[in-house]
Amino acid sequence: MLEINNLHASVVDIENSEILKGINLKVGKGEVHAIMGPNGSGKSTLANVLMGRPDYLVTDGDVTLEGESILELRPDQRAHLGMFLAFQYPAEIPGVRPWQFLKAALDSKAESRGEDKMSVRNFSKLFDEKVEAVGINPNLVKRSLNEGFSGGEKKRNEMLQLEVLQPALAILDETDSGLDVDALRIVAEGVNSMRSPERSFIVVTHYQRLLNYITPDVVHILVKGKIVKTGGADLALEVEKDGYQEYLEAAGANA
Amino acid sequence: MTLATPAAAVEKFSGAYESLVAGNSDVPEWLKAVRQQGWATFSELGLPTKRRGNELWKYTNLQPLAAADFAYSIGGSVTVDQIKAAGPWDDAWNTVVVVDGKFSAELSNLHDTVGLDAGSLAEAISSGKGDIESQLASLAGREEYAFTALSTAFIEDGAYLAIADGTELEQPIQVVFVTSDDPESRASYPRLVVDAGANTSIVLIETYLNLSESSQFSAPVAELFAGDKSTIRHYRVQIENENSFHLGTTRVRQLGDTNFTSTTFAVGASIARNDVHTLLDAPGASCTLHGLYMTSGSQQQDQEISTTHAKPGCTSNQFYKGILSGKSHAVFSGKVVVMRDAQKSDATQKDLNLLLSRGAEIDAKPSLEIYADDVVAAHGATAGHVDKDTLFYLQSRGVDEEAAKAILVRGFAEEMLNEFEPKALNDFVERITDERIPILLEESDTIGTA
Repeated sequence: MLEINNLHASVVDIENSEILKGINLKVGKGEVHAIMGPNGSGKSTLANVLMGRPDYLVTDGDVTLEGESILELRPDQRAHLGMFLAFQYPAEIPGVRPWQFLKAALDSKAESRGEDKMSVRNFSKLFDEKVEAVGINPNLVKRSLNEGFSGGEKKRNEMLQLEVLQPALAILDETDSGLDVDALRIVAEGVNSMRSPERSFIVVTHYQRLLNYITPDVVHILVKGKIVKTGGADLALEVEKDGYQEYLEAAGANA
Repeated sequence: MTLATPAAAVEKFSGAYESLVAGNSDVPEWLKAVRQQGWATFSELGLPTKRRGNELWKYTNLQPLAAADFAYSIGGSVTVDQIKAAGPWDDAWNTVVVVDGKFSAELSNLHDTVGLDAGSLAEAISSGKGDIESQLASLAGREEYAFTALSTAFIEDGAYLAIADGTELEQPIQVVFVTSDDPESRASYPRLVVDAGANTSIVLIETYLNLSESSQFSAPVAELFAGDKSTIRHYRVQIENENSFHLGTTRVRQLGDTNFTSTTFAVGASIARNDVHTLLDAPGASCTLHGLYMTSGSQQQDQEISTTHAKPGCTSNQFYKGILSGKSHAVFSGKVVVMRDAQKSDATQKDLNLLLSRGAEIDAKPSLEIYADDVVAAHGATAGHVDKDTLFYLQSRGVDEEAAKAILVRGFAEEMLNEFEPKALNDFVERITDERIPILLEESDTIGTA
């Protein structure tokens, strides 16, 4: 599904700002990959680079989705191919209601694929179903997008978008940060209910605790812009117990 | 205020004034005196110029207006269908239509509404309705302000609304000021007088439309008298054509426990000024002055908003939002004066702007002058661009860049648009906004990512 080959990326317009220093990763269809790492390891950058955030510049390597390079594509084009990024800090957008914005997103996708737009009636039905499924307060989605939402409500709103857009590859960028256990469980339930042989996930997280609820197929440890270790779900438990120190020291020695 | 070359300005308008005076025979003596005073004041002031020391006009260049010539008192023909197509309309509303400054009984849509007297200002003057003699030009025209002075010199007609004590009207009253289609540049000075009695409640929509493509000059003046415990929900819609000059004035005098709420929608004209002053003249009066302005091309759009707290226990709130693109220029000049006796006053001022291009310019100048000591006041102004993180957020969901920008601009306007409550009016301002956004984005260069 997704293949990352020797990916190098820097911050746009800043010299010597390389953050990703040769990432190699393959995510198969239906797989859940966790990317763990200490602060500043580049894991959040990786999530954003995959989605095409304009703040980063890819300097080497390639990323392919179903065999086609996506690096030249705009974020909206990547979304149309089925990619989705759940944000660590979802933007607050005054005056824009979630309903309106998700309809625009689906319309734009349909248009790019030469399909008919969903009728307002059908979309409303779908939207209401998903609002209920995610357990988001219906009054909340009548307000401006994320404006005045609590941290948990914002994440729940990200799950709502995930449910409505039904992506083929969902990337969760530290979705667990700032969440209490209940909210964490909601996010995990959202992801688990959407797991299918057709859908892949990349779960970026600092802590192991989210992985108590979402069992990954593969765990990668990212340190200083490189994947230093790959293993099964038990690798996350090791990190929880021992921390990142040994990887940092090893990476330091190699630097 | 320091003003240059009044003589040139006087010369420009003197022919028209002389012919007005020559036809003065059937006008009451008191109006002759009012006009004369207006002309005398204007002759002294001339047109304001942009120069150091002229604080009120520091940011606004009236040179294009000063350079143009306008014929006076030439009325064209207009149909109801044209008005309905160009502006907000609802058959259920009482609508007074004023064409090129003159009341039109034929185009107006007036129902027999108990407690409402709506019609021609000229008629109200000649028959001496209500307090017209003491009210007309009492709030605007006797001050040192060139455009109200000019307007006052040319008082002839417009609209007059009187609402009897205790009348509460659910349906809005609209006054449409329409400029007819004519290739010739003309000047018009329509007046509006609203006499809202005690314990009245009305919704008032003031609409300025222009059916011509040519350069027109309009200096309308509205004077609103809010009687004790009255509630006025006011809307002002200005969509003149982009070759025209619109120098509008609204003056409101509020008595005790009155509530005046006004929302402006200003998108038209080459040079436009919305000069509003509310006088909180008795305890318990409150005013809310809100507005949305959108500018593109080389438009100039000024909001000159001021409130005087003359008595204790009054509340004022000024909140304007602007969306600017192209090489357009907007001014928000908000002023609140709290007089010595006006203890327990509460005043807020806010102006938020979205700049879509490098060439667009906003001068935001909220100011407070406080002479009382027990006052709660706050003010602020911001100018920002579309946030690139927000744009990325929308794009990451599959919304393309153009659509994402349109969503964000619309979102910025939304809270002001929501204030336009009457359905037909809300539909109208939303439609105009949706038509403007692509034009604004066309001239945009600061947002978006390559």
